[in-house]
Amino acid sequence: MSTETTPIVEINGVSKRFGSFAAVDNVTLSIGQGEFFALLGPSGCGKTTLLRMLAGLELPTEGRLIIDGQDMSGVPANQRPVNMVFQSYAVFPHMSVLDNVGYGLKVSGVQRPEIRERAQEALALVKLGDFGQRMPDQLSGGQRQRVALARALVKRPKVLLLDEPLSALDAKLREQMRLELVNLQETVGITFVIVTHDQDEALSMASRIAVMEAGQVRQLAPPAELYEFPKTRFVADFIGSVNMFEGRVEAVEKDVIRLACPGLERPIEVEQTDTPPVGATAWAALRPEKIEISKEPPSDPTENATPGRIEEITYLGEVSIYHVRVSEALPLVKVAMANVDRVTRRPFTWEDEVYLSWTRQCGVVLDR
Amino acid sequence: MNLAALFRHREPIGPLEYTRRTWMRLTLLATFVFLYAPIVTLVAFSFNDSRRNIVWRGFSLKYYEKALANDGLIEAFVNSLTIAFVQTIIATILGALTALLLWRFRFPFRGGYEGAMALPIVIPEICMGVAMLAFFSRVGWPTDLPWPLNLSAITIAHVSFSFPFVAVVVRARLEGFNREFSEAAQDLGASEWQVFRDVMVPFMRPGLVAGALLAFTLSLDDFVITFFTSGPDTVTFPVKVYSMVRFSVTPEVNAASTVLIALTVVLTVLALWLQSRAKLKPEEVAG
Ligand SMILES: Nc1ncnc2c1ncn2[C@@H]1O[C@H](COP(=O)(O)OP(=O)(O)OP(=O)(O)O)[C@@H](O)[C@H]1O
Ligand SMILES: [Mg+2]
Repeated sequence: MSTETTPIVEINGVSKRFGSFAAVDNVTLSIGQGEFFALLGPSGCGKTTLLRMLAGLELPTEGRLIIDGQDMSGVPANQRPVNMVFQSYAVFPHMSVLDNVGYGLKVSGVQRPEIRERAQEALALVKLGDFGQRMPDQLSGGQRQRVALARALVKRPKVLLLDEPLSALDAKLREQMRLELVNLQETVGITFVIVTHDQDEALSMASRIAVMEAGQVRQLAPPAELYEFPKTRFVADFIGSVNMFEGRVEAVEKDVIRLACPGLERPIEVEQTDTPPVGATAWAALRPEKIEISKEPPSDPTENATPGRIEEITYLGEVSIYHVRVSEALPLVKVAMANVDRVTRRPFTWEDEVYLSWTRQCGVVLDR
Repeated sequence: MNLAALFRHREPIGPLEYTRRTWMRLTLLATFVFLYAPIVTLVAFSFNDSRRNIVWRGFSLKYYEKALANDGLIEAFVNSLTIAFVQTIIATILGALTALLLWRFRFPFRGGYEGAMALPIVIPEICMGVAMLAFFSRVGWPTDLPWPLNLSAITIAHVSFSFPFVAVVVRARLEGFNREFSEAAQDLGASEWQVFRDVMVPFMRPGLVAGALLAFTLSLDDFVITFFTSGPDTVTFPVKVYSMVRFSVTPEVNAASTVLIALTVVLTVLALWLQSRAKLKPEEVAG
């Protein structure tokens, strides 16, 4: 949606090396005006480093950063049109909440009455209007996070950078803050770049997500596309849960791939336009919630199906995960089923002989 | 109630209740006696109405008056305070900058530099004193300057042995600093100087105050190093007391010493209090 708008941030072949180790390795991407952009990846993949380079707290070893049409090389951190919310919030302990929020304005020479007014406004924006006179140690973690947010927004930056802003909050508050962040972003219209290693967070908030691994961007797409059409096994595995079947491409007919998997009686068929060549090794990635369990084989012959035996059931509240053995050679297949009924009336139980089935439109075949 | 019952109903002594064990109490008592008996005697006899420090003859403030009237003593006292004030300011700034340098930057031989800086803390004072004496006579430091410039040699000597203490205290404080504070300030548009003034100094403040008070008391009661660096006209309080004692220990000396003890104790307590307060305050936000 936002790829057509003018980019506010352009990252051009940026690398950051610490000694010989590349924390960020030749990243190129652009972020559109008004986007809610997420950098997602496992610990140590270079997300924070990339964000810090945008803020000017770290200098790229190679490549160029352009923010709002202006080359950022040589522009120090205190003159960049971006502001950051730090992972530890870094709310100054010796200043009142109001002074914290007003600090950015104070150092850029704004007059005192205006500082007060704008800081108060920013505090109201994060629903802390009455907390101005408090000291940071009189606030809860969630409130401190809002102070950090207000403090970064008060200067009306072109881009707001957030480094794992929700990681220090408890689960309930985190969910609530996700919504609030999205609403806030829509209110202020500032581009948000958020770093997270929590896929749910990225999926629920971002308009686009860049999945990073080992300093490189593996895939950049909107949440639904990332989930339904991952490009690599890493992305498929990192976003959500997935069953992976390794096999060889047997045939490709009219956009239907036939993947012969050792251990399965029938090849897996998947409808896909972009196909690996016949004979290549590939992997079918299948989400647990897309598989159906039944006592009888499916009537539709075009559907994929395989017999199996339920070996384990994990109860997760809204869903249960059934672990099904389809072959001794393959790992257990995970199947998610909504717990429509109470557990006591589960349709299937341990040791049941069942059929797993899924349509050709489910899943993707990956060659990496 | 009879006495025997009192003893019989005593609760057994718990494993960690050291203060209820007799041998522990005796040790404690002995420690206090050895540590404080001389000081208590000194203070008590400063109020004694007698020329000699042997028999108690009744309460009097006359030796305080006498000490006040002793121009040489007063001059030495003023000298000591002047030196202490000036050297404290210099040592605090120097110590704080050293601590910042060691904390912030990485440079070759940093470990060696850090060790060398702490040397004045560990090497015997007498060696420092001799070294200072040798140094000032080698460079031909003028001794005939007017007051207060004539105190410059002592002041310099004091700075050189007290600034490492400041540096150590401030450095310890900086260890607890979360760099995200200074980065946040920078990100919000603060220049290097503004970051230093608005974030670093407030954070270091308890360390600075404690370090300064430490430097002040160290300077005020230093004898050895001062003795080697003072000229004939630049007598400090401890040196003066020493020379008075060489004739006889009069209650006048007691009175003057009591004033010094009171001053040192007050400053030390203040320093400790400031430091404990700084520790209690939650400086780190959300880990
Ligand atoms: N100053 C540094 N010196 C050396 N290596 C560093 C430095 N900063 C980061 N690294 C390394 O760079 C890699 C990426 O670090 P970064 O902080 O960007 O990870 P991250 O993706 O934010 O991880 P996390 O989710 O754990 O915060 C890590 O392997 C880290 O060890
Ligand atoms: Mg990080």
